[in-house]
Amino acid sequence: MSAIAVRGLRKSYGELEAVRGVDFEIEQGEVFGLLGPNGAGKTTTVEILEGYRRRDAGEVSVLGHDPQSPGPDFRQRIGVVLQQSELWPNITVRETHRIFAGYYERPRDVDEVIELVGLTEKRDARIKTLSGGQKRRLDLGIALVGDPDLVFLDEPTTGFDPAARRAAWEMIRSLRLLGKTVLLTTHYLDEAEQLADRVAVMRDGAIVKIGTPRELTTADLEVEIRFRRDGEDVLVRTSEPVRVLHELTGDALARGEELERLEVRRPSLEEVYLALLEDESPK
Amino acid sequence: MRIFVHQLRAEQLVFWRSKEAALFIFLFPLLLFVLLGSVYSGKIYGVPAPQALLAGLIGYGCANTAFAGLAIQLVLRRENAILKRLRATPLPAATYVAALLASTLVVFALQTVALFVLGRIFYGTPFPAAAGSLVLAVVLGAAVFSGLGVATASLIRSGEGSSAVVNFILLPMAFLTGSFGPTRHYPAFLRAIGDVLPLKYFVDLTNAVYLHDHSLWTKPRAIGVLAAWGIAGLVVAVFRFRWEPREG
Repeated sequence: MSAIAVRGLRKSYGELEAVRGVDFEIEQGEVFGLLGPNGAGKTTTVEILEGYRRRDAGEVSVLGHDPQSPGPDFRQRIGVVLQQSELWPNITVRETHRIFAGYYERPRDVDEVIELVGLTEKRDARIKTLSGGQKRRLDLGIALVGDPDLVFLDEPTTGFDPAARRAAWEMIRSLRLLGKTVLLTTHYLDEAEQLADRVAVMRDGAIVKIGTPRELTTADLEVEIRFRRDGEDVLVRTSEPVRVLHELTGDALARGEELERLEVRRPSLEEVYLALLEDESPK
Repeated sequence: MRIFVHQLRAEQLVFWRSKEAALFIFLFPLLLFVLLGSVYSGKIYGVPAPQALLAGLIGYGCANTAFAGLAIQLVLRRENAILKRLRATPLPAATYVAALLASTLVVFALQTVALFVLGRIFYGTPFPAAAGSLVLAVVLGAAVFSGLGVATASLIRSGEGSSAVVNFILLPMAFLTGSFGPTRHYPAFLRAIGDVLPLKYFVDLTNAVYLHDHSLWTKPRAIGVLAAWGIAGLVVAVFRFRWEPREG
């Protein structure tokens, strides 16, 4: 059974259609990335799945529950890391974990969770003394303390410096080793590529592409061939690079010319992503 | 029940660990009592002045703790998304609210005990004779002003302004309703304003119970007005309370 199944999901705020018919499924144990720019509808989608918002239309199943009217064990089994939130500044890391652990029937060992998120040295420090990155790790820790099956991470590394991002990525990878299902939203492409088994690219409230990071880069892609001729840059895009290259080089050979600065390249995931976002008509 | 006790202990930890809030909410009324007690002399309402001031400052303490303190804490927790995050946990909303109100009652009750102890030490004021009625009055006051505190929190939009808004209500109310000393020499229109405010009726109760050893039930009108304010607060809270930060 899939951990999350979404069909025809729609949500409007007044005139604004934030989510316009979204479908996807997430398998148990999968790390799934919702990728898209700000305002694409990622957070609205996730907040409907978490039970914060009611949907206008569509079918949603999260761990077998409808998050709009969940059974009593729904919140025992999910962990939520919000995009922005603060905790009590004068309470220590360990005390905060213990407070949250008390809400669950089968919490994990508090010290074990603190070690997992790398805050053991800060265990007895008050929250107001933590750095931004450490606070995000605390957020993850209290989302994990109930030993959830499914973890929602809403833009977990926004505002991080590169070192803190690497550390956060390591932690999120460790969730996979624990067998957790993870739904991650991000507007960083490299983050989705690094962490997610599958990625859905969202734009204007709809999913424009869904697949593994590899599928996103290889599907219906045109290879770019660049060279210089008569002092001018030439760019050829083709899905048949062998034939086109053969013609170009054969032609050049026949004329006894060199194809100056010849370059053959496959677009990066970044370029595919940007092309998807710029595409005139969303699917 | 286990979760309620757990959350009550968490609320107490959070309250006392925050030194600024604990200082303002818990100590400030005590400090005011000691200061005012040293200024007033003679008799007020036919009893020694410090005793009359003590009854008034129980009223101020109630409004300060249950109304102002609770409202400010709730706005900050809402705007910092602490409430939103708690909603994603199995902690039931009703248990959370119950524990928060119980924690507020604990603080106010301790404060009232401290007022009596300080009064005894500094000014020789008696402990209350009608102790049962006083306990009931404390619980009733905490309930009514907590309701008004939650209602006010629901109406305040931002964390920065909450402390200013709440004190703008609290201090004039305390002044106009006799919490800091009798109002009988005030101009009539100020007394008329004081007469509609809930704190006036709570101070009526503490005066009757502590100064004149009357039972709580000798003041049905005051109890009725307080209950009406409490219900009004509850209605606003039920319709306007939000768990999530107000965006934009």
